Amino acid sequence: MSRHAPLSRRALLQGSGALVVSFALAPPAGIAFAQGAGTPAPARSVDPDEVGGFLAIDSQGRVTLYSGKVELGTGVFTALTQIVAEELDVPLERVATVQGDTLLTPDQHPTDSSLSIQAGGMQIRKAAATARAALLDQAATRLRVASDQLVVQDGTVAPRAGGAGVTYAALLQGRSLSMKLDPAARTKDPKDYRIVGTPVRRLDLPAKIFGTFDFVHDVRVPDMVHARVVHPAAVGARLESWDDTPCRDIPGYLRAVRQGDFLAVVASDEWAAIRASRALVAKWGAGEGLPDDTRLVVWMRGAKVDRNEVLQRTPGPSAPLAGAGRQLRASYDFPLNTHGSIGPSCAVAEFKEGQLTVWTPSQASHMLRRQLATMLRLPEDRVRCIYVEGAGCYGRNGADDCSSEAALIAVQTGRPVRLQWMRHDEHGWDPKGPPTLLDYRARIDPRGQVVAWEADIFLPERPMKRSGVTLLGAVLAGLPRAGPDGPGTYNPGLGIPYDLPGSQLTAHWLLDTPLPAAWIRAPGRMQNTFGNESFIDDIAAATGVDPLAFRMRHLSDQRGLELLERLRQFAKWQPRGARARDTGPLARGRGLSYAKYELVRTYVGLVADVAVDRRSGQIHVERVFVVHDCGQIINPDGLRNQLEGNVVQTVSRTLVEQLTFNRSAVTSLDWASYPILTFPDVPQVAIDLIDRPGEAPWGAGEPTTSAVPSAIANAVLDATGARLRSVPFRPAAVLAALAGAPSK
Amino acid sequence: MSTTTIQLTVNGRATDLRTEDPAMPLLYALRNQLGLHGLHFGCGLAQCGACTVHYDGEALRSCVMPVSAVAGARIVTLEGLGTADKPHPLQQAFIDEQAAQCGYCINGMIMQAAAFLASNKKPTEDQVRQALAANLCKCGTHVRILRAVMRAAEQMA
Repeated sequence: MSRHAPLSRRALLQGSGALVVSFALAPPAGIAFAQGAGTPAPARSVDPDEVGGFLAIDSQGRVTLYSGKVELGTGVFTALTQIVAEELDVPLERVATVQGDTLLTPDQHPTDSSLSIQAGGMQIRKAAATARAALLDQAATRLRVASDQLVVQDGTVAPRAGGAGVTYAALLQGRSLSMKLDPAARTKDPKDYRIVGTPVRRLDLPAKIFGTFDFVHDVRVPDMVHARVVHPAAVGARLESWDDTPCRDIPGYLRAVRQGDFLAVVASDEWAAIRASRALVAKWGAGEGLPDDTRLVVWMRGAKVDRNEVLQRTPGPSAPLAGAGRQLRASYDFPLNTHGSIGPSCAVAEFKEGQLTVWTPSQASHMLRRQLATMLRLPEDRVRCIYVEGAGCYGRNGADDCSSEAALIAVQTGRPVRLQWMRHDEHGWDPKGPPTLLDYRARIDPRGQVVAWEADIFLPERPMKRSGVTLLGAVLAGLPRAGPDGPGTYNPGLGIPYDLPGSQLTAHWLLDTPLPAAWIRAPGRMQNTFGNESFIDDIAAATGVDPLAFRMRHLSDQRGLELLERLRQFAKWQPRGARARDTGPLARGRGLSYAKYELVRTYVGLVADVAVDRRSGQIHVERVFVVHDCGQIINPDGLRNQLEGNVVQTVSRTLVEQLTFNRSAVTSLDWASYPILTFPDVPQVAIDLIDRPGEAPWGAGEPTTSAVPSAIANAVLDATGARLRSVPFRPAAVLAALAGAPSK
Repeated sequence: MSTTTIQLTVNGRATDLRTEDPAMPLLYALRNQLGLHGLHFGCGLAQCGACTVHYDGEALRSCVMPVSAVAGARIVTLEGLGTADKPHPLQQAFIDEQAAQCGYCINGMIMQAAAFLASNKKPTEDQVRQALAANLCKCGTHVRILRAVMRAAEQMA
C-alpha cells in the first residue's frame, strides 16, 4: 500500500530526502511520493514565465517536468514527456513528470478545451528550448567552441567536429534553471525530430495493465478515515433534520458531519462508512422544482433570455429570407448528458495546522485551490491541491465537488479523510452538460444558390442562477462560492466554416438551465456542428446536390478542401442523391460531416455508415471514417487512440444516452437507467491522419466529437429519407421519424 | 458485533480476511485489507465490471459478492494474473495494442476476457463483443480492447 506524503519542491530539487518516482524512472509506482520529506518547504517559484517553473535537471542528469496540464487518460503525460525529451535531446527514460500540484507546478489553466498540447505543450517546448540554448551557451564557454558548432546527444553537449563533451548535469551542478522563458527561443527543426512524431508507447499503461497504478482512489495517508456523503433528496432541498442513532451500532462508525445542507458520515473503514450512509436518517424539505424532462425543447423556448449576441456574421452581402426561390427552416436539439465517469469521484483531504492539502482528480487543480480558499476563507497559500488521476472525466465531472466535500469533512473532523462518491452520487450530482436548441432558416434562390442563412442557438448564460460552475460543497454548506461563470458553452468560435455570404449566428443566452451545468467534451461546439452540418445536408438534399460536393463548393479554405478531398478518397465516397434507397427492413446509408474546430483550428472530416432497422427503429453505426488535420502530430498512436475514443463516446451520446429527472432530482442514477454504448454496438473506426510537422500542433481531444452526431443523422437521412433532429436517436424517435419520412 | 474470519486463497496464497460484517462485498476486503488496487469500485451494482476478479476461474463482480460467500474459494486478481516480468498474454496484448485511455475499466476488461478465453479458444470478434457486453468503458477504448483480446486469443490458441 502506498503512502502519500506531500513532496516539497525544494526537497525534490535538492534531490535529497525525497525520491521522485516516475513511470519512466522506476515503474510501476504511479505518482511521485516522498519518503521522509517532512513538512513541506516553502514553494519555489512556479512562475510560468520562468524556465525553472517547468523544468529541473538534477545532478544525475535526470530531467523533471513540472506540468500544469494533467493526464486525464488522453495520453498527454506521454506526449508532453516526448516534447521535453525531444527539445532537450535527452532519452525519454530520463524525463520524469510531476503534474497538477499547486505547490510544484505552474498554473497552466485547466486541462480542457483541447489545449494541453496546443497551449500547454508549447509553453513547455519553449521552456525546454530556452534551457537548451542557455546550456549550449554555457557549454560553448566551457569547451571554447562556438555554440553553433555544438551538438547534444543524450544530455551531453559536444563539438560537432568531435572531442570531449560536457553533460547538462555537469554544467548545472544541481543549480536550478533560473532564467526567463524566452518566447522567441528557437525550437528544434522538425526535420531533426527523433521522438516527437513517433508512436511512443504510453508511459502510464503498464502500471494500469498490471494493477500497480495509483489512482486517486488508491491514495492512503496515515490516520486516514473514510467518508460518504448523503446528498439532498431534491435539488435545492434544505436539510430539516437528521438522526445518526442507527449508525451507532455499526462497528467503525465515528460520526456525522453536518454543515447547512451538507451531510456526511465518517468511519474508520470504508464499508462502515457506506453502511452508515445508508443507515442515517435525514429529512429533506421540498426542492426548488425542476422542469418536465420530456418537454425540454418547450422549456427552452419558454426560458427567459438574458440577452442576445451575434456570434458570427460572415463577410459579404446578405439577402433577405423572403424572396425568390424557396425557404428552408429547421430546428435541432441536443439533450443533457452526464459525464458518466466509470470511477465515481474520489478525493483525500487533510487539514493540519491551518493548512489544507487535497489529493484530487480535478482537471483544474489551480482553479480548485482558488475555489477552496474562497469556500473556507483561507489564504490561497494555505491550500495545496495535488493532482492524482481519477477515471476519465471528459470535462468538469464531480471531481471538484467531491474534493470540496472532502475538504469540509477534513476541516470539521481534523482527520485526514478519503471521500469516495457512490455511483448514484456521480450520476445524480455531477454537473450536467446543458440542453441546447438550434433554429435555422435559409433561402435558396431559383438558381439553387443559398442566398440567406440565419441561425439561432439557445444556451445557458453566464453567470446565472445555476450555470456558475461552483463547488457543490460550498453550495450545500452555504459557504462563499467562487468559480468560473459559465458551463463552458460560451465560445466565440461558434458559427459555420463555410463561405455563405452574410450568414448570421445569434446566441440567445438563457437565464436558467434545468440542472447544475458544466462542460462536457466539445461543449457548445458539438451542438453547433450538429445543427450546422444537419442543415447543410437538408439544403443539399433540397437542391439535389451531393453533400460532399455542396460543402466543397462553399469552401475556399485550402486546408479544409484538401481534407475533404482526402475524405472522399479514404471513405470511397460516391455522390449520393440519385441512387435508390434500400427498401428492405434494413436501410443502409452514409453521412458526412465537416468541422473546423472553433473556426480557427483542427480540421475534421467524418463519414458514418449506418444500418437502420425499419422494424425496431434501431440504428447501428457500422463504420466511421475520420480524416484529421491537427497540424504537427506529437504521437500518432496516441492521437488515433483519442480519435477512436471521440467517435465511440459520441456515438454513445448520440444514440443511447438519456438523462432523466423528476420534479425533484435526477432519476437516472445508475448504468441501467442511463445506459451507454456497449461492445456489440461499437462501430469500426478507420482513421487517416494528415501530419504537418512544420505547422503548430493543435488539439485533438474534442474536434472529432463535434462532427459525430451530424454524420450519423445525415447517414440516417441518406438511408431512409427521415431527418432526425432531436438527440438521442433512440428507437421510438427513429420509428416516429420513419413514419413521417417522405417515401421514395 | 464479532469479527468473522474467512479463509480463502488469493493469488495463490492462503489468506485470512477479517470483517465485522459478513455481508461486506469482497471488493473492500481485497482493496483495503490486502492492498490489491488493480480492481476498482465502479458502481457497486455489478453493472460495469471495473471490480472483476476470478472466483475459481470464473469472472466475478467483487462489488456485490459478500465476503462470507467466498470462504474456501480461489480468488485471482489482476495482480495475480500476470506481472511486468511475467505478463499474461492479455496483458501483453493490451500493451501491444495500447488498449487503454484512463485505464480505470481495464482491470475488468482483462479479467473478463481472461476468463472467457480460458474456455473459448479462437473466438470470433463477435463472440468477444458478446463476452464483453456487460463491461463498460466511457473513454471509448473498445476498438483497441477488441484488437487486444483478438491478438491474445491468437497467442493463446
